[in-house]
Amino acid sequence: MTLLVVLEHDRGKWSEANDEAMTAARTLAADMNSTIHAALIGDGALDLSGQAGAAGADVVHVANHPMLTDFGPEAVGETVVQLIAAQSPTAVMAVGTSRGNEVLAQVAARMDLPFVANCMTVAPADGPWSMTRIQWGGSLLEDTTLDAGDGPRLLTYGHHAVAAEVAAAPGAGTVHDFAPVLDDSLAGTIVVDRDVQQAGVTLSTAPVVVSGGRGVGSAEGFAQLEELAELLGGRVGCSRAVTNLGWRNHADQVGQTGTRIAPEIYIATGISGAIQHWVGAMASKRILAINTDAEANMVVKADYAVIADLHKVVPAITAEIKRRQG
Amino acid sequence: MNILVCVKRVPAPGARINVTDDGQAVDAAHLGFTTSPHEECALEEAVQITERDGGEVTVLTLGPVDAEEQLRYAASVGAHKIILVPTDGSAWDPQRTATALTKAISQAEDANGAPFELILFGNESADSGGFQVGVRVAHKLGRPIVNAIKGIDPGDGMVTARREVDGGFEVYNVATPAVLGVKEGLNLPRYPTMKGRLASKKAQLETTEVDAPAGGQAMVKLHRPTEQASTTEILGTDESAAVAIVDILEEIGVLS
Repeated sequence: MTLLVVLEHDRGKWSEANDEAMTAARTLAADMNSTIHAALIGDGALDLSGQAGAAGADVVHVANHPMLTDFGPEAVGETVVQLIAAQSPTAVMAVGTSRGNEVLAQVAARMDLPFVANCMTVAPADGPWSMTRIQWGGSLLEDTTLDAGDGPRLLTYGHHAVAAEVAAAPGAGTVHDFAPVLDDSLAGTIVVDRDVQQAGVTLSTAPVVVSGGRGVGSAEGFAQLEELAELLGGRVGCSRAVTNLGWRNHADQVGQTGTRIAPEIYIATGISGAIQHWVGAMASKRILAINTDAEANMVVKADYAVIADLHKVVPAITAEIKRRQG
Repeated sequence: MNILVCVKRVPAPGARINVTDDGQAVDAAHLGFTTSPHEECALEEAVQITERDGGEVTVLTLGPVDAEEQLRYAASVGAHKIILVPTDGSAWDPQRTATALTKAISQAEDANGAPFELILFGNESADSGGFQVGVRVAHKLGRPIVNAIKGIDPGDGMVTARREVDGGFEVYNVATPAVLGVKEGLNLPRYPTMKGRLASKKAQLETTEVDAPAGGQAMVKLHRPTEQASTTEILGTDESAAVAIVDILEEIGVLS
């Protein structure tokens, strides 16, 4: 039996989600009693094959084609379909990042097979598989069954649902070149340009996120949060209420419909903590809430809280850091 | 440009979501309903494009008959036509939903005598979040699709679409007729005007009855995740708590 893991990279830059993917794959492959085949698709993929092997891949399929230099959901999806035809895996998995879910959806659509997105746990079986998956961004769970007939089971694990671990033992990592046959019609959905707005640390990778909600009171009120975030090498985030009020750009929104974050510490100020916000923040390692309302959901769910006016506390934190740094 | 927007009626939750005793649905007894947020932005975008360049916006939903509420709302913010594809009220799996939607869309296009130049889906629904219905429909219709779109610029025989990635955007030029899966942040949806509300009451609701066989994914039950018993350590009630906070920042190593 074979478990095929679709890995992610950008022109040879390994995605951190791959560490989660391989961790989940090792557990699932053990439960299935199968080998792990990894798929690395596009320019620069060959350079990453060693990393996939070290993470437990027995075989690494490196797919190259002129149409695979940059990401294109249809071209990548079609490549995976052709790899499935060649290898007949029992299951195909990825991590449910934006690309991961889109590529598996493309595979499912092309093969007319079911696809279960954002699993927490997966129980393989001879017949239909059972899994628990994420609904409502993680505030509800769904027990579901997946009956793919004779076809491969298609699934993703929720991003941040599995904590990445280092492999106890590497796989053989044998590299197989794979040359898909891609029709020109797939060229219409390939990246033609990139618009990099923010180099360096981003909201989803920042070790510290300092967020503000309606309690910040105004767009100008975020200046104090900016100063603290900069001092900590972090980023400023915000709640959905704030983007709806036009105080911050949507790119700064933490939440189910914004960015999922996983910093070392999340400092949430003036945020009540509606479900939609909480599910974007819940992967944070620690949460500090600063709020005047001791009953706010964010305060109740936080590790640490200060029940006070954020506009007094935030500058005081900045001042204290500067004092200690001399 | 004639644009179709597919929307989903979902509960509007606050701080907690409860499940019915049989685990088959969200307990909506005390909740209102709304349009899934990504799709609200899809609708706003479609209305803005047609206001600027002409054309019509059609909004279609597959759901319980009560989803008429979301279609009337769509009419109140500028949709020209509204179509309901009624279900029995149960949650349909993604394959069944996509097949039924494709039939309903094909019927609407046959009636119009032309394909919609652009079909917009939300990237994923707020509730079940299957991340696939738009992709399945696009494939069945034989049209290109890109997801996670936060910027749309219609051109001649194509649309330029901007996909949000970490730290910026990727740009795609997709030939029309095309399908896009969009995300909140594409725009800031408007609120209905009084005039819009009145007009929406008179908007003619079309009903398209279609069905499709069940797919391979079947929900067994919904449940709430076990919550870790969290105890919040209160560090203070005024700015003097800054000392304790910076102690923690030092301890976890985020102070350089």
